[in-house]
Amino acid sequence: MRMQPNSQFDGSPVAAGAVPTAIELSEASVTFGRGDRAVPALSTTTLKIADGEFVALVGPSGCGKSTILRLVSGLVQPTSGVVIVGGREVAARAMRVGMAFQNPTMLPWMTIERNIMLPLKIVEPFRSNFRRLRKTEFRDKANALLEQVGLKGFGSRYPWQLSGGMLQRANLCRALIHEPRMLLLDEPFGALDQFTREELWTILQALWMTHKPTVLLVTHDLREAGFLASRICVMSARPGRILDDSRVEFARPRTVAMTFEPDFVALNQKLRAFIEDARSAAEQGAG
Amino acid sequence: MFGIDVRQKAWSAGLIVLFFVAWELFCLVTGMSDLVLPRPSQVFVTLFQRFPVLWPHIVQTLATTMFGFVLGVALGVALGAIIGVSKTAYDTCYPLLIGFSSIPKVAVVPIFVLWFGSGTVPAVLTALSICFFPIVVNIATGLATTEPELEDVLKALGASKLDILWNVGLPRTMPFFFASLKVAISYAFVGAVLSETVASNRGIGNVMMTASSNFNVPLVFAGLFVLAGLGVALYVVFSLIEGQVTGWATRKNDVIAT
Repeated sequence: MRMQPNSQFDGSPVAAGAVPTAIELSEASVTFGRGDRAVPALSTTTLKIADGEFVALVGPSGCGKSTILRLVSGLVQPTSGVVIVGGREVAARAMRVGMAFQNPTMLPWMTIERNIMLPLKIVEPFRSNFRRLRKTEFRDKANALLEQVGLKGFGSRYPWQLSGGMLQRANLCRALIHEPRMLLLDEPFGALDQFTREELWTILQALWMTHKPTVLLVTHDLREAGFLASRICVMSARPGRILDDSRVEFARPRTVAMTFEPDFVALNQKLRAFIEDARSAAEQGAG
Repeated sequence: MFGIDVRQKAWSAGLIVLFFVAWELFCLVTGMSDLVLPRPSQVFVTLFQRFPVLWPHIVQTLATTMFGFVLGVALGVALGAIIGVSKTAYDTCYPLLIGFSSIPKVAVVPIFVLWFGSGTVPAVLTALSICFFPIVVNIATGLATTEPELEDVLKALGASKLDILWNVGLPRTMPFFFASLKVAISYAFVGAVLSETVASNRGIGNVMMTASSNFNVPLVFAGLFVLAGLGVALYVVFSLIEGQVTGWATRKNDVIAT
């Protein structure tokens, strides 16, 4: 499926061949456990993501979306096949990666500022300079990001003083502070209410448009996928495989109002049909 | 609220006073012999008169307790860290640890005496063996409950196990650690006194033992009061340290700055 070509398309990568490939899964599969207890989590999957693309993975729950994310980040090794990230086989260490999950996991004994600076304590070249720059350059960097997500002045607060939506914004800052070339997001807005979620879509879009990392977003919110992604991959039920891979060529910056326009609704319905088919196929298979 | 806090403390103090008054009255009314149950006033007088004699024993008991406690903490932290970092180690060691911890420590004292003779060494060892278990469990639990998501975030950044332990695991464990210190110091104290009672010629435990064989019951109770006082004092000291170090874990309202 391909969306109607859109003349206002903003010029982000069109074909994977034109720009360097950031992520490449070739014939990769993942099975957890061994022997009789083996649980296939991801069927043989081939997926190529170009540098700077914003890809959303959608699909029924438990379909292996998160497994792809963990493969790319190097937290899980493929049972078969190859995963190449930033030109090297597996291991996100080849490339600076930022991750964010549904649970913001801010450390309660640190201020928001220091929580956000945590990756700088781990990743080179920041790590060697951390002691020297944590009160100056790095702190300014954290506060600049906080300002971008609308949390100006909240750096010195502690996590329990912030609401869920605010914590999730801080979580995005933490995922971005070390200037990652790749951002892996696992249902980051899943626990938020609709309005906060939409607000954060806009913020994430703005962040992506300024920093241009490669983004892999796992979500089960189809509107979210349509709003944010430049490409959507639909996955089948467990063990997952990619059923459909389509571009979303709405103009950026996209607005929440756009998600109610006929083109957008049509995209949503198509995605929805794919997922419903996958779910009913899985139920028949189980029965 | 400040007022409620003060009123609460007043009630607590009142209850303690009431306890002693009731005890005093009970002895007077029933004409209880001070060989069975001395009046608290007698006990306090004895405590005051014999304090110069008691003092070296207090020092001995405290020193033994602290020594055993420090060793127990060191051992407990090391073991807890090893067990807490690895799920396999946790599952493997747990049954054995439970086995050790369920042995009544009174039963171990004779063995220590057999090995090291009576005196300070078995008291220190008893204190150690009784206090280290809560520390192991708390450190291990604190480390084992680190959020997997955060661990993933850091691992994906290329953080080593040591990075994660240092930045996340250990600080997260602090509230558990200090909560366990409070318990452990009381346990160490119990262990030290226990061993002194069974096999030593110094310490409050020994004073009480000797006094009871001389039917100097008020002195026995004086020893008991000293023990209660010391136990409460140690507990308070570690509670205060806990509050200072891990205030973030209690989320008091007054911490919120606006």
